[in-house]
Amino acid sequence: MLQVEGLRKTFTTDRGGVRAVEDISFTVQEGRFFTLLGPSGCGKTTTLRCVAGLERPEAGTIRLDDAVVSGPGHFTPTYARDIGMVFQSYAIWPHMTVFDNVAFPLRVSERPPSKAETRRMVEEALALVGLEGLEERPAPQLSGGQQQRLALARALVRRPKILLLDEPLSNLDAKLRERMRIELRQLQRRLGITTIYVTHDQGEALFLSHRIAVMQAGKIVQEGAPRDLYRAPASGFVADFVGEATFLPGVVTAGGIRALGGVVTCALADGLAPGEKGLLVLRPENIVVRAQPAGVPNEFAGTLRVAAFLGDRLDCVVEIGDLLVRARAHPTTQLRRDQKVWVEFPIEHCTAIPDDGWRPRALARTFDDEES
Amino acid sequence: MATTTVARRAGIRLPAWRADVAIVAVAALLLAYLTVVPLVMLLLGAVSASGSALDFQFTTRYLERVLTDQASLELLANSVMYAGGSAALAFGIGTGVAWAIERTNVPARSLWYGIALVPLIVPGIVHTIAWLFLLSPEIGWINAPLKAVFGFSLSVYSLPGMMWIEGLHSAPLAFVLMSAAFRAMDPSLEEAAAASRANAWKTFRRVTLPLLLPSVASVLLILFVRALEGFEVPAIIGVPGRIFVYTSRIYLSLKLYPPSFGLAAAYGLVLLAISVVGLVLHRRATRRIERYATVTGKAYRPRRLELGRFRFVALGGLGLYAFLAIVLPFLVLLYASFVRVYSVPSLESLRELTLSNYAFILNDDLTRTAVFNSIVLGVGAATAVVALTAVIAWVTVRTRLPGRGVLDFLAFVPITIPGIVLGISLIWVYFTIPIRIYGTLWILLVAYVTRYLPYGIRGTSAALIQVHRELEEAAAAAGARWWPTFRHILLPLLRPALVGTWIYIFIVSLRELGSGVLLYSTQSVVLAVRIFDLRDSGNYTSIAALSIFLIILLVILVTVLQRLGGRTIREA
Repeated sequence: MLQVEGLRKTFTTDRGGVRAVEDISFTVQEGRFFTLLGPSGCGKTTTLRCVAGLERPEAGTIRLDDAVVSGPGHFTPTYARDIGMVFQSYAIWPHMTVFDNVAFPLRVSERPPSKAETRRMVEEALALVGLEGLEERPAPQLSGGQQQRLALARALVRRPKILLLDEPLSNLDAKLRERMRIELRQLQRRLGITTIYVTHDQGEALFLSHRIAVMQAGKIVQEGAPRDLYRAPASGFVADFVGEATFLPGVVTAGGIRALGGVVTCALADGLAPGEKGLLVLRPENIVVRAQPAGVPNEFAGTLRVAAFLGDRLDCVVEIGDLLVRARAHPTTQLRRDQKVWVEFPIEHCTAIPDDGWRPRALARTFDDEES
Repeated sequence: MATTTVARRAGIRLPAWRADVAIVAVAALLLAYLTVVPLVMLLLGAVSASGSALDFQFTTRYLERVLTDQASLELLANSVMYAGGSAALAFGIGTGVAWAIERTNVPARSLWYGIALVPLIVPGIVHTIAWLFLLSPEIGWINAPLKAVFGFSLSVYSLPGMMWIEGLHSAPLAFVLMSAAFRAMDPSLEEAAAASRANAWKTFRRVTLPLLLPSVASVLLILFVRALEGFEVPAIIGVPGRIFVYTSRIYLSLKLYPPSFGLAAAYGLVLLAISVVGLVLHRRATRRIERYATVTGKAYRPRRLELGRFRFVALGGLGLYAFLAIVLPFLVLLYASFVRVYSVPSLESLRELTLSNYAFILNDDLTRTAVFNSIVLGVGAATAVVALTAVIAWVTVRTRLPGRGVLDFLAFVPITIPGIVLGISLIWVYFTIPIRIYGTLWILLVAYVTRYLPYGIRGTSAALIQVHRELEEAAAAAGARWWPTFRHILLPLLRPALVGTWIYIFIVSLRELGSGVLLYSTQSVVLAVRIFDLRDSGNYTSIAALSIFLIILLVILVTVLQRLGGRTIREA
């Protein structure tokens, strides 16, 4: 189990910018996969490096299994923490073989195991990631995916209490990334090792995690299970960062918000009262696009500006007044660009949240010029 | 409670903090001693009426003379013309060779690339002596037949003669830099021009040339500064020809009677100022290259011009260059080393070949001392520089300690100090402060270490930047303390670059003349200085033998050390 309380760390980057982590607190239960998710510069990597002992926090306490590794007047250096870490660059030592890379953590430990035991443990770790038989290969001769596995084997070989992963998949190409995240998920679930994962990729975070903490500007803005984050984002920022969304801001009325020239019926998040500014977050897959009106509530007429075929779906952009709504339709739907459509925001998927002022990057309104 | 926490925290953190700062402080003091002190002394020396900075009396006598009198203005004109002409010539030759090798389909490109690098090994003094043998007015290999057939000769003792020798010697540097510039250019930039329907000439004029312009400026400036700082040609050709430039004038201010240390310092100051301006402009040009970002560190496969029939013209050009820069100088030295009296080769002279010159240098105590001293100094300077700059590089690259930028800057300062100016500065330093090392090997070691600090810092920081920080952090995360991390991770990864830097400094130190020529004594004579000295006694055939010996020594060292270094690189 890992507990972080009131963590604070400020420093200036090489380019002169100030980065800060302010008052970060979270707990990772035994055997859970915990992800720190956020855009670059939000402090997620700094937080992870504090847990690893690679950065020295200015305040706060970090406990690993009830033992304080970092706190007021106490700082356990990295080498003395029972961790395994995979770096963004993999940090595979290029002057060593695959075997030597994995054996290194065992060889430098306080009580190094015997040669035979070392060999057994290294082979076991390599088998875990599917690299058996490559022991004598010089490390630089491995492919990107293999280096990634090697880094994982090296992090796991001494069976650490906690596994730290710093954007480990970001250097792989798309296909490989998808495969590796399946393997990573299976491996973690099988070993039951407590894991902290840092990424800016919401897809990875949703796929892998038991719990996700979304970070923004050095703070955790929401923490929860993937499902809850997606369904009930606490702010516009979280809604935008986790998944795609169309934002419908407006003043809250009883049972809805004022928008699109009328009232959109929706539930209200806790603490949101009529008269306040609210935000309705619409996920594309929840929006229904029809060629004819169905006469249902929350139905609005608009013009279809984009209908792009993506194999498993039709990606649509519908213009309603000056709002551009992203929607998703079944790939076999017969819809044509610039035709009139009716869009339904099903009430069961509509909950207004407090408006934090965050807006997704606007869709450029130049569809008329585009070929489709 | 609160106070104990604070005290405990301070108690734990302070020693570590102090150790860091102590390292930086010691390194900064050492660097300041090596770079700032000589420059301050040079300044004091130029405005001091007495011969010492101890009983200092201010005077502007020397500076006035150096900046205003007629002879001094002539000196400035000569220096600028000499350096400018040499730079232009070196640039022309070097760029031509680089262009042929990098951008055309001339045959055997990689072989030519190797050949074009060969002259880099030849020390300036050896190159100069060889061309003296070739262009000496009466008996030079080139001049004797010219005179016999056409009744005139080319005088080497002239400004064009000096430019030719220095230009030819610097051409390999121009070649290396321009060939890097050609390689760093993304060919898709030119292809994009072609795709925009620009023809070959328009592409060259509107895209290639503007992109290369910052490189051209920076290479010309570096060649100019190098020629200005060079001592060999001005001393060996310029002085007998009565064409003086700053470096030879500084030397003569001390060697002619009565010696004037103040005048030498004042000339040194002017030379330093010109050199600093040149290098600041160079740095600017380089920044522009970075801004253009054609230099990405990525090697592109360049577009090569199909020369067609002109392939063999280009081949002939390369052959001529190799003949003039390598074959001819080597042959003339080889010949001269086997004759009693230097003359144009004839049947008689070839019949009377002798080994006596080699016997002379092998039995000459001073030469033996020089060989020993050169090697000791080379090993000492290379080791000291690599060790010192490795620490500085680690501090500047890996830590966020305050003052690290100052360290980096101080280590770069000596790049602006011409060798001979460093020499006169160190004379002032050790005449003033009570460390009695003048005339010993130690003062030469100090000079060499100062002079090669920039090479060291460049090599070691580049090496450290290449070793990704995460490689060290991964070792810590794997449970390794500082020492195992250093021994098993950092050192093996840095070794090839450190060895490479060491070899480079060792080799260039064996050829060093400028900084040593004012500082040596009979006990501390070094190879290049020994050659310079033998020339004073008119013993030219022995010089030839010693030159051949030096070339062979350097070729063997470079080959062996490269192989050793190469192996460590392959291992890693």
